[in-house]
Amino acid sequence: MAAGTALDAMAITTADDAAAREFARVVEKHRPQIFRFLLSSTRDVDLAETLTQECFLKAHRNWGSFRGESSAMTWLMRIAINLQKDHWRNRRMQFWRTTRTNSVDLDEASDWLPSGESSIEQQLLARERVGQVWKAVKGLSERQRTVFLLRYVEEQELSEIAAATSLSEGTVKAHLSRAVARVRLELGGKR
Amino acid sequence: MPAIDVQDQELELALKDFKSSVHAWGEAAYSRPRTLAARVPHGSWRLASGWALGCLLVAGSVSGGLFQRHHRIEVAQVAAEQRAAEQQRQARELESAKMTDEALLAGVDSDVSRQVPSAFDPLTQMSEDETK
Repeated sequence: MAAGTALDAMAITTADDAAAREFARVVEKHRPQIFRFLLSSTRDVDLAETLTQECFLKAHRNWGSFRGESSAMTWLMRIAINLQKDHWRNRRMQFWRTTRTNSVDLDEASDWLPSGESSIEQQLLARERVGQVWKAVKGLSERQRTVFLLRYVEEQELSEIAAATSLSEGTVKAHLSRAVARVRLELGGKR
Repeated sequence: MPAIDVQDQELELALKDFKSSVHAWGEAAYSRPRTLAARVPHGSWRLASGWALGCLLVAGSVSGGLFQRHHRIEVAQVAAEQRAAEQQRQARELESAKMTDEALLAGVDSDVSRQVPSAFDPLTQMSEDETK
């Protein structure tokens, strides 16, 4: 009996250790992507870091209830999207507070050039294109922006985006279509 | 990259550049050296001191107003008491003055009727005879 209790305790400890190791692997694998998504959504490095920390803290607390029905990435992305929503909602509610924001402006965000642009002219053209997309992204609704970034920056499938945003695939397609139309308009207007 | 449902080459190129740019930014920001900044306590200190100062100002102005009001009432009470005392004093003086005049007249009357000087005796005698 006593030996059985000791074995059970050891088994629980081993299971806990395995879960902790598994969670550590998930953090290591997905943290950069979650951070990047939050950075592109907020354009604020400090805020993206804070929300990423909160996201993994929340995930750690609820790791036991994660059933694996969706991928860990989709589950984490859903947490990140909800945290981001809560953040902006709280910000709106606390309108009397000094609205200090560290969001970089669009020009600064466009300074990060894609690698492989060799000539100065190519770099300038790429910078201009990136700036135009940022401008269009800024004008999107919160949901359209999330769907757009998940599709074209994080390269997620429509089904994954639908699972992460709790929307149907049809709604995701509609949001994506509007977002792309906006980007196209922005690019066309600058010609 | 997922199949992008767009024909426009420029759009495709722009989306590709945008993705690369965000990836480059994200990588650089993720691997930057981090500093621990205690922003929340700083903010809460400022908030707390703001509240304390605000409360102090409100309490000061309220107690100042109350003190002023109390002082004004006290001054008005003292003035009313002084006025009442003055009126009472004047009434008493008036009363005593009236009393003194009456007493003086009564005294004079009694003095005249009682004390007939002896030098006037023959005159009084004469008047009595004439009446007979």
